[in-house]
Amino acid sequence: MTELAEPTAPLNKRQRQAAKIADAASGPIGWMLLKILLLAVVDAIALYAAFVLFGQQEWLVLGLVVAVTVLVNYIYFSRKRVPAKYLTPGIIFLIIFQVFTLLYTGYIGFTNYGTGHNGTKDQAISSLLASSQERVEDSATYPVTVVEQFGTYGLLVTDPESGDALLGTAEQPLAEVDADFEGGQAVAVDGWNTLPLAKVFTLSAELEKLSVPFSDDPNDGSLRAPDGQKGYLYVSSLEYDADADTITDTTTGAVYADTGEGAFTAEDGAELLPGWQTTVGFDNFVRAVTDESIRGPLISVTIWTFVFALLSVATTFFLGLLLALVFNNTRMRFRNGYRIILILPYAFPAFLSALVWAGMMNESFGFINQVIFGGADIPWLSDPNLAKVSVLLVNLWLGFPYMFLVCMGALQGIPEDVNEAAVMDGANPWQVFRRIKLPLLLVTVAPLLISSFAFNFNNFNLIYMLTKGGPRFDDVSIPVGHTDILISMVYKVAFTGQSRDYGLASAFTILIFIVVATISIISFRKTKALEELN
Amino acid sequence: MKVNKRGIVAAGVIAIVSTLSLAGCSTATNGDDSSGAESGGTLTVWVDAERVDALQGAADSYEEKTGVKVELVGKSVDDMKDDFIQQVPTGKGPDVVMGAHDWLGELSTNGVVAPLELGDSSADYLPVALQAATYDGTVYMLPYAVENIAVLRNADMVPEAPTSFDDMVSKGTFVVEQGAEGNPYHLYPFQTAFGAPVFGTDDSGSYDSTDLQLGSDGGFAFADWLAAQGAAGTLNTDIDGEIAKQQFLDGTAAFWLTGPWNVGAATDAGINVAIDPVPSPTGETASPFAGVKGFFVSSESKNKVAANDFLVNYIGTEEVQLELFKAGNVLPALTAAADTAASDPIIAGFQAVGADAVPMPAIPAMGSVWEFWGVAEAAIINGSDPKTTWQKLVDDVTAAIK
Repeated sequence: MTELAEPTAPLNKRQRQAAKIADAASGPIGWMLLKILLLAVVDAIALYAAFVLFGQQEWLVLGLVVAVTVLVNYIYFSRKRVPAKYLTPGIIFLIIFQVFTLLYTGYIGFTNYGTGHNGTKDQAISSLLASSQERVEDSATYPVTVVEQFGTYGLLVTDPESGDALLGTAEQPLAEVDADFEGGQAVAVDGWNTLPLAKVFTLSAELEKLSVPFSDDPNDGSLRAPDGQKGYLYVSSLEYDADADTITDTTTGAVYADTGEGAFTAEDGAELLPGWQTTVGFDNFVRAVTDESIRGPLISVTIWTFVFALLSVATTFFLGLLLALVFNNTRMRFRNGYRIILILPYAFPAFLSALVWAGMMNESFGFINQVIFGGADIPWLSDPNLAKVSVLLVNLWLGFPYMFLVCMGALQGIPEDVNEAAVMDGANPWQVFRRIKLPLLLVTVAPLLISSFAFNFNNFNLIYMLTKGGPRFDDVSIPVGHTDILISMVYKVAFTGQSRDYGLASAFTILIFIVVATISIISFRKTKALEELN
Repeated sequence: MKVNKRGIVAAGVIAIVSTLSLAGCSTATNGDDSSGAESGGTLTVWVDAERVDALQGAADSYEEKTGVKVELVGKSVDDMKDDFIQQVPTGKGPDVVMGAHDWLGELSTNGVVAPLELGDSSADYLPVALQAATYDGTVYMLPYAVENIAVLRNADMVPEAPTSFDDMVSKGTFVVEQGAEGNPYHLYPFQTAFGAPVFGTDDSGSYDSTDLQLGSDGGFAFADWLAAQGAAGTLNTDIDGEIAKQQFLDGTAAFWLTGPWNVGAATDAGINVAIDPVPSPTGETASPFAGVKGFFVSSESKNKVAANDFLVNYIGTEEVQLELFKAGNVLPALTAAADTAASDPIIAGFQAVGADAVPMPAIPAMGSVWEFWGVAEAAIINGSDPKTTWQKLVDDVTAAIK
């Protein structure tokens, strides 16, 4: 509704509708159609998604999809020129890629998600029961035909020794029947439908439940046909009692109960794995800071992380700045050529560069020792202190082009007359740089330095590709080394070996996030003081 | 009226809504039985991307025979296991996944694999393959290939196979992949020659995590030997996989302890390669680890019957095993197929060495061993005191396992 229309004589309903149509049509018709088309596609996909989600009974996601679709339609069909038209996509992306990730990481941090606690309780129970099936020793293979009668499935079994036909169901133990034979195998019996193999293949769920007792004595085991064609005798060593919610080991008599820890646990603390995912409160956070094996190296790793991040930012910034100052001097020839060469390290993928450097720093075969130092045995990556220096050097090589670019841009943004005024006032070049250029430069660059700090704080690629965190600490019992930073330590603690601990890793991630966020907030506050210089 | 930005905006919305909808529909693609009774459903199989072609023929003829469509999905080996473990509980994973037997501990602990009944055909597989496919007394994997390391000898430089480790070292340069963190996989044959396996075995032949053999007398003898070899320069942690390969291909080294995956590079380089057993430093048999590759059935598969049938009665046939052999040139796990494949002298060489091989332990405790093992060995090779370093290794592993 345009404002011009309001003050004149009130319009009747038809006139208002006509005005709306005219208003809507006033834009280019092509865009209008495109808009409708795109919204139609969105709605079609959303509708499809809604049906699928309905089928999967994913009520929460279904609700979200419907709500978002309705909202999007409302926003873009609304006549009002609402800012939401511009903000909506951004906000939706923000929610999906940032807020959701953060919340989800937070949620995982409060669970025991990891190896052995991977799925739901039902899955754990069925998996435990399935793997507890043991084939009766020296038992024969029974040719099997799957038969059906009024929705009940049975196994028509041919005894391989006597050649007799036996029939049984989940409730009814095997009993001899008169059957039609084909090639020595019983294939049909009166009153039951013989199912073709293609049909049997689709009856996975039914066949899994179909465990036919061999006789009235449960110790004889029961017959199952995993592939629908051959039956084997099994005995189970675990039994699930649904009422008591316990699992009993029939061979030892041990009773395992759900103690709320995410696994069936016996009284002596023995757990049956797989367990299932469950919330464990602050356990992971407590473990992250108190676990003996982690606590030891945690302090030195934390210190090194700060040293590494600070020095990385400082060295790259000053080298970048120095080069930028040099190449900003108009008296230098071939400046563009030099600049391109300097930016090359930046154009390489960082992890690849780190790998190449790791090769060049090899003690006996590396390029640096062999060629530059004439066959010296300098332990670039195997001596604890030298390894730290190497990491910083490689990161300097990787990082200075970025700082160079940034400083170059910022320097060119400083008006030349400021410089001239200073020179007129008798300032020498150092004074000009120190008192005029650097403060002005820092206003622009400081936020980038902070983000660079945050980046290096979590520079997993470099550490992992160059040293893998090594050389190892020789006095601790987790595989953490002298050049490990927090994030690579988290990776090792949570993901090395055959066990994954997503819960612990998430807890660590949140702690690191809090550290980085705090530092960033404080630094950004400080940089405001710089801006007041202007 | 400003409509010009809306196209972009709407495109963004499509992206979002489709992301949401994909989350929903991906569940529907696998494991539903809506495809009708006649067709027998679809089996989704995750295969290492290089072997999709080798299996395609088998998949097609299986569909022809049974009406069950086998959909092969090529995946990168690096993230297959983790994706499988994460997706199975959500119901999205495949019905069958191709993998290595040492995943078994992790897969079984996470409850994502279903037992597999090989039935009478279990006797048709190489004993080491069957042993590797069995975890905690239950078979979970259909094996198709057995891999182990052996010594590649440059037959032009050294025509005769060496009789012992010392004999080999005296005849020519020997290289083995190490690296800064050591490489216990490649040193294991020597360790077993000193009578120090990682774990003892229980009555059923499964590895017993409570019986750590690493700390036996043999383990310490092996540590002393490592120190001596490090001092003599026979073993060098600066030599990684690439450097070892380069030295053998250049003809600098006459012996290279490595696996079948590197034979192609050597023969391509025109080297007359012969395959020798690992020469023992003690006179006892040096047993390398065997890595067995195979197929697992997902515990949440809705098509377990077809999956069982496809694996046991189809992948387990000589024809398909030989087909897979051609794609990877790794010894088949089915004895009949292995014997056929062994007409190639290189394969026969690996098969002979493999007769002494032991399956790499798949128990989760092994993860704790790997973490410390190589680093300790590397430290000893580089001059640390063998006694104390090995003792620390044993202590660390014991602490990590408990």
